[in-house]
Amino acid sequence: MHEMAITQSMLDLVLEEAAKAGAGKVLTVNVVIGEMTGVVDDCLRTYFDLLSPGTPAEGAVLSVQNVPRQARCRDCAHVFHPSGIDWRCPQCRSFKLEIIAGNELHVESMEVE
Amino acid sequence: MEIKVLKSILNANDQVAEQNRQELTRRKILTINLMSSPGAGKTTLILKTIEALKGKARIGVIEGDVSSDIDSQKIGQVGAPTVQINTGGGCHLDASMVNEALKNLPLDDIDILFIENVGNLICPGGFDLGEHLKVLISSTPEGDDKPYKYPGLFTEANVLVVSKTDLLPYVNFDMPGFLRAVSGINQKVRVFSVSANKEGSFKEWADWLSGELSCRSI
Repeated sequence: MHEMAITQSMLDLVLEEAAKAGAGKVLTVNVVIGEMTGVVDDCLRTYFDLLSPGTPAEGAVLSVQNVPRQARCRDCAHVFHPSGIDWRCPQCRSFKLEIIAGNELHVESMEVE
Repeated sequence: MEIKVLKSILNANDQVAEQNRQELTRRKILTINLMSSPGAGKTTLILKTIEALKGKARIGVIEGDVSSDIDSQKIGQVGAPTVQINTGGGCHLDASMVNEALKNLPLDDIDILFIENVGNLICPGGFDLGEHLKVLISSTPEGDDKPYKYPGLFTEANVLVVSKTDLLPYVNFDMPGFLRAVSGINQKVRVFSVSANKEGSFKEWADWLSGELSCRSI
């Protein structure tokens, strides 16, 4: 259900931007999804195929760029990919970190005609 | 032809959320987006807060559930204004649902508004409702590994309430380890521990909230 609401929002945004550009057809939608958002791209694609028919975005290719979660250690500044159930810094074992990537959820660009 | 968009997918939701926040701020209603997994104690926290702040702050509640009005009935019984939103299967509330609900609340008579989100640790995190504070409840029987399993909500929360602490002797929950993990990924979070079975357990939280109401320049 999460992905359905997100896909509907994305489709609304895509159609609005296409209309603004005076485009009749959307060919490709370039989407950026961060790991922290928990959005699953296969679900996004499935819902996009269900929701887009009858709109200028019907048949458009959804191109997804996944951004891995990235943290910076607040003690030693080491940058790493926290995973599993132990997110300690692999370099200095500190628990203190700052998430610096992985919260992205946006439409980067579109190919239209 | 290529068009640069560079807009959040949740742009439309974020805009309505901002409208909600402006309206709530203008009316000086401290608004809380209350999130947790099902059964962690969201409704209990609200009921205990209403009790603790009786005579100090007037509390209103928006109840979000997939179905039923069980929770809003409980809130109604203690005399607080409440609106029930049934999402009909939806796993989270969004800003436009809250916008509609606000029209059905006596906003002039509310100082603190709780928005009780649908019980879920994933989806509610992405949807700004226009709140001033995100409050997350984590109950001890859920286990101490939740911050790393559901990092989205744990990194965003302004307040974390650890509930059902009376069960600590019976469940496998490493409190110091849990708190270390939480503060490691979220430096701003304030933590309170509560148990509905312990007299006065919600006092510290309620006092803090009451202080926020008076000192926040919302």
